Order: sequence, then structure tokens, then C-alpha cells
Amino acid sequence: MSEAFDQFQGTASYIASEELKHAVNVAVALARPLLVRGEPGTGKTLLAENLALALGMPLIRWHVKSTTKARDGLYVYDTVARLHDSRFGDQVDVRDIAKYIKLGPLGEALAAPSRVVLLIDEIDKADLEFPNDLLHELDAMKFRIDETGKEIAAVERPVVIITSNNEKELPDAFLRRCVFHYIQFPNRELMAEIVRVHHPDITDKVLDNALEVFFGLRATPKLRKKPSTSELVDWILALKKAGVDLARVSGGIPFLGTLLKTEQDVELVGKRAKA
Amino acid sequence: MLIDFLFELRARKVPVSTHEWMALMEAMAMGLHESSLDGFYRLARTLCVKDIALYDAYDEAFLAYFKDIYPEALKLTEQLLEWLNDPKAFDALTAEQRKALEGLDLEKLRELFAQRLKEQKERHDGGNRWVGTGGTSPFGTGGKNPNAMRVGGGGGRSAMAVADERRFKEYRRDVVLDVRQIDVALRGLRKLGREGAIEELDLDETIDKTCKNAGEIEVVFRPPRRNRVKVLLLMDVGGSMDPHSELMSRLFTAASRSGRFAKFRSYYFHNCVYNAVYEDAEFRRPVQVTDLLQHSDRDEKLVLVGDALMHPAELLDPGGSMYLYAQARASGHEWLRRLAAHFRSAAWFNPEPERFWPGTTIEVIASVFAMYPLTLDGLSHGVRYLVRGGQRPQVGDPSKWVKMAGGIR
Repeated sequence: MSEAFDQFQGTASYIASEELKHAVNVAVALARPLLVRGEPGTGKTLLAENLALALGMPLIRWHVKSTTKARDGLYVYDTVARLHDSRFGDQVDVRDIAKYIKLGPLGEALAAPSRVVLLIDEIDKADLEFPNDLLHELDAMKFRIDETGKEIAAVERPVVIITSNNEKELPDAFLRRCVFHYIQFPNRELMAEIVRVHHPDITDKVLDNALEVFFGLRATPKLRKKPSTSELVDWILALKKAGVDLARVSGGIPFLGTLLKTEQDVELVGKRAKA
Repeated sequence: MLIDFLFELRARKVPVSTHEWMALMEAMAMGLHESSLDGFYRLARTLCVKDIALYDAYDEAFLAYFKDIYPEALKLTEQLLEWLNDPKAFDALTAEQRKALEGLDLEKLRELFAQRLKEQKERHDGGNRWVGTGGTSPFGTGGKNPNAMRVGGGGGRSAMAVADERRFKEYRRDVVLDVRQIDVALRGLRKLGREGAIEELDLDETIDKTCKNAGEIEVVFRPPRRNRVKVLLLMDVGGSMDPHSELMSRLFTAASRSGRFAKFRSYYFHNCVYNAVYEDAEFRRPVQVTDLLQHSDRDEKLVLVGDALMHPAELLDPGGSMYLYAQARASGHEWLRRLAAHFRSAAWFNPEPERFWPGTTIEVIASVFAMYPLTLDGLSHGVRYLVRGGQRPQVGDPSKWVKMAGGIR
């Protein structure tokens, strides 16, 4: 076993399951992108931040939007600025195209002098063909800037973390190249650990009560959107700020709005509470 | 030697490619499976299975391939190493064996033992007889000490136990459908076109125009791309559809999401479409099908959802509607054919499991509309059919119904 394996063990503020740690370490060892999927609020994005922290590498983020093009991640050639300069610029040498090339997040990660962590967040938000357009660059970890003919190749293959919300099917060719991990919703023990990281001063009793309510809510059938980890953490914060003691509250859950986000759900839970 | 496991996976429709398999071999050569079955379970899954829907199939394949390896046998290694650490256990050995062991110090012995165990694991996949056969091993008669060798169950979660639990059953593609999944499937139902307000900068055209203008900048805008697909949804409610009502409401929620389609209308019917469909599920506000057709473009996508199960007479007899006041002069079958003839593309989604389809009225209706099961797979196939056309799925043999009903009118 290489000594570099087992590099990631979670951090003080990020509790990872054994399976997740293993998947991360496999991805780091094989230098392949790690594709992380899971319910919203299970800490997919936080994983990259904490991995960068644990490995002591800089983190480069690429938040994908519905309009993001794969090429934007590599570089953008600002034609309009060049055009503008050519007409109105004072003593600017517009013949130097390189000045109008701006590296995108992926380009930056490949051009970085040392190994970095690259987060490609919510890859499924973009167009269906988006992952396919990235295949070559993620495989070879290099690309060419057509306008200047300059080639940028990674000195060390960056650690790539890709998150997806399962909104779209990703292409097979893309999936083949990834290490895949599905973050399961934490069970009660792991959840207690996670809450403690965020609220170190919470007492066992309060935590117990809060988890009771939380998992009770999640178990409610026909809920449109189940509350997630981050919502639980926020909710406990709200309880603390307001000084509400869960054990003493009767009838209804205080600050239900932080846990449930649609009126149908609130109504449903209200009805069940009365029954 | 694991190649059978690969085929075990592929036989269960887990699409593992050579690429991924080589990655697994590479990872194992690097020792990333931590030389344990648990580690292998995680490693192989993380590299070869890229979809939560396939996790259950993976668990099945894993169980089938490793069925002869008992989790208890895996614990054996630990137990034996412990036993070796405990000098008392040596008492059980014969004098010769002890003599043979004398030449080795404990560290060395452990090493040798671990190595031997590893070799044996590779030879027998039975795995439960690692120690004991072959008199040449210094550990050969280890089995003589049943107390030290007792194997405890439970404790720790071995890969076998995890796989056996089959936690990922509910993620299987052919079973569940929630709003989000339907949403994703319906996303395929789109045809993008530029329409509406001119608000997007067309860079290429701007450069082109500017060049033609001898460098005088001329900015060109264009409308953004929008989905142009129009959908007409007809849903069967009540009666035999009651068990599916939850599923129907999810489908409706996903389909009616604003901005999804250029035009979206939905109506209800009961059992089969006759001369009218209804705006409400209580059947109080009827809309004549003839009017509906008049106000529908031929390029709208017609989507029907229902179990298509009824008494043959309800489908094939003129006036077969259960509602007397309907005074239908044509049979339900005829009305369906009129609908099918009007729209260029139409599909019927059926929540009834596919295995119950043959020999029912579903066969007849499937000869009029392309019929797909209301599962994630069925939905995505149906959506593809609606957008691109192609071969209609064949369901049973509708011709025998012609004889039964004395000819379909």
C-alpha cells in the first residue's frame, strides 16, 4: 500500500463516513476525478473545501450554472475588450492576444504550479453535453489555447471533486472516468456527531430531543422535501438563539419553517400532529 | 481470477466497462482494497458502479460471487493471529510441532502465517478451510484447538453483511418514481428554439456585422433559447386507478411545473376516453373531445396516463361508457383512434406492472398508442419516442381481440 493512501481522514469540522473517506482516498491515489452524488444538504460541496484543508492544497471552485460552457472553464477570449481597445485604447498593443485570454477555473487548476483541489460544483446544472466536452481535458489534464497556440499542462494532476444532484443523467463516457460515491443520508449516530461539530456546547438532552423531532419529520410519509443536515444545524441554531427548550414545548414544532420549505409539507405535518 | 465477478456484474446489467475494470485492477495492485473483502467491496463499487440505482444489482452480484466466503471465515484471520499471540494456545500442539515452531520468533511466525493465509485464500474460494489441510504448514493442526479457534458472529460490518442488507433496494430504477425523477425524465421532452424577446447578445453576428461595417461596432441581439414543446396530458382517475393516485399526483406536479413546456394542458377521464374529457377530477366540467381536437395543434405531444384496464365491452362497444348520459355513439376504441390520428406524436404511460399486460384491454390500447410502463425507464423511453419517433413497443397480440369483439369498429 502506498504511503500516500489514507491521506484524507475528515477534518475537525467535517465528519466523513468510512465509505466516503475510502472513496476520496481511492480518487486521490488513482488521480481520477471523484464524482459525489447525494441528497441536497449532505455536504457534497463542503467535502472539497475540507479535503483541500486536510491535504493542505489550495482550492479552486467552479460553480456550474445552466449557461456554463465547458470552454469557459478552460479560458475565455475577451473579443469585445480587444475590439474596444483596438478602437479606443490608448497605447494598448492589441496584437498581443494573450492579454485578452483569461483562464477559467479548470484552466487555472491545470496551470497551477503545485497540486490543487478543483471543485466542479453541480455539474448537472449545465447542458447535457457539458461533461462530454470536458472528457479530454480531465483525462489528459492539459489543453491548448487555440488563439495563441500555447499549451497548458498540469505539473501535478489536480484532485478533482465533482458534485451532482442527480438532476440529469451524466454521459457514460464521463462516468467511466470517474470514481463514484453516493453520500447516504447520515444515520442517527453520525448525525449526532455532525451536530456536535457545529454546536459543541449542545447538551445530550437537547441533542436527543432535536434528533427525535428531526428523524420523526423525515419519516413522515409523502413529504415533498425532507429536511436535510444543513437545515437541522440551522434549526438548532435558531432554537439556541431563541432560547427555546424543546422538551418544554408542547403542540407543534417551533421554527418549523427552517426545516420544511413548502406549504404543503407544513400543512401535512400540522395535520398529522393534530391527529 | 475476479473476471467471473465482472461477468456476474454485467449479467445483472451493471454496465462495467473494460476501462473501469482496468482501473480496479490498477487500484488493487496499489493495494487500495486494503487486502480485505470490505475494502474490495467499497473499491469495486466506487470504481465500477456509477449510479445509485445499480447499487442493489451490485450487492446481488457481490453476494452471488462471494457466497462461499463466510463472513465468519474472514474473522478467522484475526482470531488466528490473536491465538498466535497467546502462548497458552501452543499447549494444544504436539511436541513435534512445537519443535518445528521453535526456530521461528513470533513476529516472523505471524508474518509467515499471514502470507500463508493469503496464498490459501487465493487457491480455495471455499475459504472456510484456510488452516488445517496439508501437513507441511507449521500451523497445520491448528484446528485441534477448538476453543481458541471458535469463531464469533456479529460485530463489525463486513462487506457481506452490508451487501446482504441490500440497503439500496429502494433506489432501483425499475421501481420508484418521485417528483424529482419524473422531472429529470421529462427534461428530455424538449425542443429548443429561439423565441420571445430579443435579449441575448449574439457575439458572432455582432463581430460579423461590425467587420462588414468596416470596424464600426454594430451590436446584434437575439432571443434566448426556449423549450417549444407543447403537451396535452390526459389522466385516468378513479376506480382501478386509485392505488396509483400518489404516483399520478407526482407525475402531474412534475409535468405542470411552470416554464417547463411552451404550452401545457391537462384533462381527466375515467376508464377510457369517450366523447368528453373533464377539467376536474370530479367530472363536473366536461370538454367535448371534438372541441378539444379543434383547439389542439397537431404538433402538440399527447400524453395519456392510465391503467387501460377495463371490461372489453367498455372499450369496444359503441356507447360502452359507464355513464349513460354520455350518449356516446362511437366506442371508446374509436375515440382513442381519433385522438391518435390527430396528434403527430402520442404516448400512453401505464402504472400497471408490465407483467400484467398480456391478455387484457391493454393490448388493444397499445395497438393504438405507444404504451410504456410508468417507471423511470419506461418514462425515458416514452419521452424519447415522443421527441424522435421510432419503433413502437409491441404488446401482446391484439388481433385475437378482433375475433372476440366481432371485429374492432
